[in-house]
Amino acid sequence: MTHFRYEILRTLRNRVFYAITLALPLVLYYSVASGQRHGTFDGIAFPLYFMTAMAVYGAMYAVVAPGARIARDRSRGWIRQLRITPLRARTDFAAKVAAGYLLVLPTLALLFLAGASLGVRLSAAHWLELAGLLLVGLVPFVVMGFILGYLVPVDALAAGLGGVVVLFALFGGVFGFQLATSGPLFDVLKCLPSYWLVQAGKTTLGGGGWPAQAWIVMAVWTAVLIPAAALAYRRATSRV
Amino acid sequence: MTAVTDTSPGIVLSGLTKSYGPVRAVRRLDLAIAPGETVALLGPNGAGKTTTIDMMLGLTRPDEGTVSIFGEPPAAAVQDGWVGAMLQTGSPLEHLKVREIVRMMASYYPHPLAVEEVLRITGASDFAEQWTTKLSGGQAQRVRFAAALVGDPDLLLLDEPTAGIDVEGRRDFWQAMRAVTERGKTVVFATHYLEEADAYADRIVLIARGEIVADGPATEIKAQAGARNIRATLPGIDVDALSALPGVRSAQRHGDAVLLSCTNADAALVALLAAFPGTRDIEVTGGSLEEAFLELTAADAEAGRQIMEAAR
Repeated sequence: MTHFRYEILRTLRNRVFYAITLALPLVLYYSVASGQRHGTFDGIAFPLYFMTAMAVYGAMYAVVAPGARIARDRSRGWIRQLRITPLRARTDFAAKVAAGYLLVLPTLALLFLAGASLGVRLSAAHWLELAGLLLVGLVPFVVMGFILGYLVPVDALAAGLGGVVVLFALFGGVFGFQLATSGPLFDVLKCLPSYWLVQAGKTTLGGGGWPAQAWIVMAVWTAVLIPAAALAYRRATSRV
Repeated sequence: MTAVTDTSPGIVLSGLTKSYGPVRAVRRLDLAIAPGETVALLGPNGAGKTTTIDMMLGLTRPDEGTVSIFGEPPAAAVQDGWVGAMLQTGSPLEHLKVREIVRMMASYYPHPLAVEEVLRITGASDFAEQWTTKLSGGQAQRVRFAAALVGDPDLLLLDEPTAGIDVEGRRDFWQAMRAVTERGKTVVFATHYLEEADAYADRIVLIARGEIVADGPATEIKAQAGARNIRATLPGIDVDALSALPGVRSAQRHGDAVLLSCTNADAALVALLAAFPGTRDIEVTGGSLEEAFLELTAADAEAGRQIMEAAR
C-alpha cells in the first residue's frame, strides 16, 4: 500500500506528466473542436468524436508513464535493489498498473467536462459506459509501457513512448481524420486497439457498446503483450 | 574460525562457480560464515567479489554450486526479509525525499526498524527532507545504507560500501556499522581497501582470480603471507649470504643496515644469530597487510592476461 502511494506521489510530482496528460489534450481539444462545434465527423457530432479522441490521447500517455519510471529506475539500478527486498515483482507490477489507471481518471474527467462545455450531452449511463470502454481499451497500452520501460534505454525512452503513442493515435483516428474508411488499410486499422478506443464515443451513442471485433482485438493484443512483458522483465533484471 | 553447525546455520557457499563467456569470474568457491561474524571479501578489481555477492543475493544464478543463507536458498531468504544489501549500483530515485525512500523500503519488510531511528544511526536525519537526486556522494551512501538497514535484516551484504567516499565519510560509516554489528548481525562486505578490511572485519577472505587465496583474521593473513621483516646492523656481510639463510626471501643492504624480508621470521632470526653473532640492533616488524595482499594475489596480473588472450 505504501508502495502504491509512493508510485502515485512520484508521478504527481512530475510536472511534465500534467502537461502531457492534461494540458496538451485539453488545449488541442478546444483549439480544434471549438471551431467545429456543430460539425459532424464519422457519423457523430464532432465535439463528441474529438472529446473521445483527446481523452484517449491523454490517457494513452498516462498509462505508459509507469514505463518511463521503470526505465529511469532501471538506469539507476533500482530494479536490482527492489529484487533484493521482500517486495514481490507482481506487487510492484500491480501497484504500477493501479497507479497508472488511477491517474487516467483526471484526464477522462477533464476532457468529459470540456466536451460538455462544447455541447456534448450524454446520459449518466452513457458517460459511465464510455469511461468503462476507455479503461478496458487502455490495457494493451499499459502493458506496452512496461515492455518499453524494460527494454528501451532510458535516453531513448521518451522518444520511444511518445512515438508509440503518436503512431497508435494517428492510425486510430485520434487527430480528427482517418487514414482510410474502407479497403485493406481500413481492415488493418480495425485491428488496432487505438481505433476502437476512439470509436468508443460512437458506439456508446449507438447504444450497442463495442462490436465483438473490438473485444477480440483488445483480447488478442493483451494476450500477446503480457507474455512479452514477462520476458522483457526477466531480460531486464537478470545479469546473464 | 567458528564452526558452522546444523543447529545454527550461517551462510554456506559451496562449490560456487560462475563464468561470463570464457572468463571464469568465480571458481569452486567454498565459504562458511557463522552468524554474527563480520567478514571482509578483500581482493583486487575483477577478483570475483561482486559476482560472489550477487550470487549470495540470488541476483546471479551460479553455473555450479549452492548458496545457503541461514538454511535457505537466497531467493527465499530475501523474501523472508533476512537480507539487506548495499549494491554498487542503485542510486536514489527521482521525485522522492530521503525520509520517503527509507519509509518505502521499510514497508517492504515484515519487521522493519523505526525509520527515524535508522535515519539517526546512519546520520541521514539532517537531510531527511532533501530530494534524493540532490545529494552529495557521501549523503547518497548514507541513504543506501539506511535503505539496507531499515528492514532489520540478519545478514547485511555490502558491495564496496565506501567506494568513492572520503576518509572522514568512511570513518563515520564504519562507526555506524559498529553500532549495527553490536546487534548481532552478520555482515559481509567487499572491499579493496586493505585498511578497511584490517580495521573492521573479524575475518578476511582474500579473493583473487575467483578463488579464495587466504582466509582468517588479519593477523593470520599477514603471517600466512609470511610478510615480516628483520632489520639489523651487520657491517661487512655479503647480502647473498643473508639471502641464503632459512626463512629469508630476500635481503637488502643500506650501509651497515640490512633488511631481511622473511617468509618465516622466527627461523630466520635463529639462523641469523647462529651464523652472525655480531648482529646488533635487531628489530622484527610485522609486514603490512598490503605486502601480504600483494604477495597472495601476485599471480593475478599474469592470470588476467591469459584470460584476456584466451578471450580473443
